[in-house]
Amino acid sequence: MSLVKNISWRSWSVWKRNRDVFLTTWKTNFLPPFLEPILYLVAMGLGFGVLINDLVFRGETIEYIQFLAPGLLAISIMYGAFFECSFGSFVRMHYQKTFDAMVATPLTIEDVITGEILWGATKSLINTTIVLVVVTAFGLADFPGLIFVPVIAFLGGMMFASLAMLFTALVPNIDSFNYPFFLLVTPMFLFSGTFFPLDVLPNWAQTLAYALPLTHVSIVVRDLCFNYFVLIDLASIAYMIVFTIIFFFASLYLMKRRLIK
Amino acid sequence: MGDVVVAEKLVKNYDEFRAVDSIGFSIHQGECFGFLGPNGAGKSTTMRMIHCASPLTSGRLTVLDMDVQVDPRRIKALIGVAPQENNLDPDFSVIKNLTSYARYFNMEKALALKRSEELLKFMQLTEKRDEMVESLSGGMKRRLIIARALINEPRILILDEPTTGLDPQARHLIWERIRELKRKGVTVILTTHYMDEAEKLCDRLVIMDKGKIVVEGTPRKLIEERIGAEVLEIDEPSPEMEVFVQAKGWDFERTADRLLIYSRCCEDLLGELRTKFQLESVIIRRASLEDVFLRLTGRRLVE
Repeated sequence: MSLVKNISWRSWSVWKRNRDVFLTTWKTNFLPPFLEPILYLVAMGLGFGVLINDLVFRGETIEYIQFLAPGLLAISIMYGAFFECSFGSFVRMHYQKTFDAMVATPLTIEDVITGEILWGATKSLINTTIVLVVVTAFGLADFPGLIFVPVIAFLGGMMFASLAMLFTALVPNIDSFNYPFFLLVTPMFLFSGTFFPLDVLPNWAQTLAYALPLTHVSIVVRDLCFNYFVLIDLASIAYMIVFTIIFFFASLYLMKRRLIK
Repeated sequence: MGDVVVAEKLVKNYDEFRAVDSIGFSIHQGECFGFLGPNGAGKSTTMRMIHCASPLTSGRLTVLDMDVQVDPRRIKALIGVAPQENNLDPDFSVIKNLTSYARYFNMEKALALKRSEELLKFMQLTEKRDEMVESLSGGMKRRLIIARALINEPRILILDEPTTGLDPQARHLIWERIRELKRKGVTVILTTHYMDEAEKLCDRLVIMDKGKIVVEGTPRKLIEERIGAEVLEIDEPSPEMEVFVQAKGWDFERTADRLLIYSRCCEDLLGELRTKFQLESVIIRRASLEDVFLRLTGRRLVE
């Protein structure tokens, strides 16, 4: 397929462009992923969590804040990449015409989109690592499992970056991102086993929740934080890989259709 | 010298609309070649096909002996493109715009910086080196776009309306630089709406209209063939005058408020007219490319 043939190592020059912009404003970039989890852990974990007793996870009774922390990691994986490759990529593509400038060089449009998605995944990796530091400082993640959280952050980041790029290829204008955010991202934020265990939901809702990408990210991340590793984690990782591939190529195809005229 | 760009029966359709309609041309090594035409004539589309941004519908197009559909990456590595629209990177400073662009060509860091500094000097932007792109004036942005297009030392430089909207000083600086590049052997391809610009810069040009090439040649030859040496312009001519001119069989054109007579010896014609009519506002001027352009593409506004 020509989509594959047109991707090259040159994608990294696109990644480096975004990295350079990120590093010039790194102070403001690092603050939100550092402060936000603290606010959530304090308000929801310590405050709201007091009302919750007898929370059982994998046969163990745990505190609510222990349940919440991996959920916050999963959410940061989703948001990091999704914001970057929706609003971020759209601004570069549509307003700044950065993609047009790039494809006038030996880069192909496939290189550009691949570089953008790799950068989106990197944003997930960076943000999640910062959240991980906070969570670990609160004593809510265990070695050695937590070491693998950044790996999942990158993989999950690839999946969400590709998914976001799919919408970037489709939306007519920047306001239209309200639809995927309202209809997909916010429901995932709430219903992917991030804030409460899925088994409290009715069966049909559980089935629906298992179809959501973030559910699988939060399953794996939570098990890593608790140093569990069970069969369902492999299934969830497989889900992430398969959907990354589907979203990635679909976004390449749609982007090409949008931009090459 | 060989041809660096060759097009045969080149066609580009956008859905139902035919933007470029089976055109053929060849651009020689080291010349400045112009594409002229009203808006929507197909100039920019043709340029986009040359720099591999837009796939062909049919026909054949080679750049530096490579097929645009087979070797776009290799072609793009050897050409420089200065687009009509400003697409500088607003997230970067002036110098960083050049060095980051060099990276897309896989240029080594030290070399990229050296080239960038040279180009800033060449385009008189050294003082603005560390400023953000946003703070530049229109003319400076344009110069930076041209500098950026030169980062890979291209063999062909493509300029899409390089001086649109610029003040005379900025235009002259850009013209000087284009001529200097030409002397260095760079082939320059340009589109423009300014006929004086085309006349000054282009060795050869084509005028396009509705997707087709209407004429091709050197500016001088086109003026001589299509218009003659001079134009006699008469303001608000009377209908009798028009009848007279027509009866004489002179080459003329009637516009909304003027009568234009094309000839090699307008002085004589004017003498003849003076014997018949009371002439107040008359001028005789040298024929220009603009006359050729308007005559060929029509005087009505194209939208």
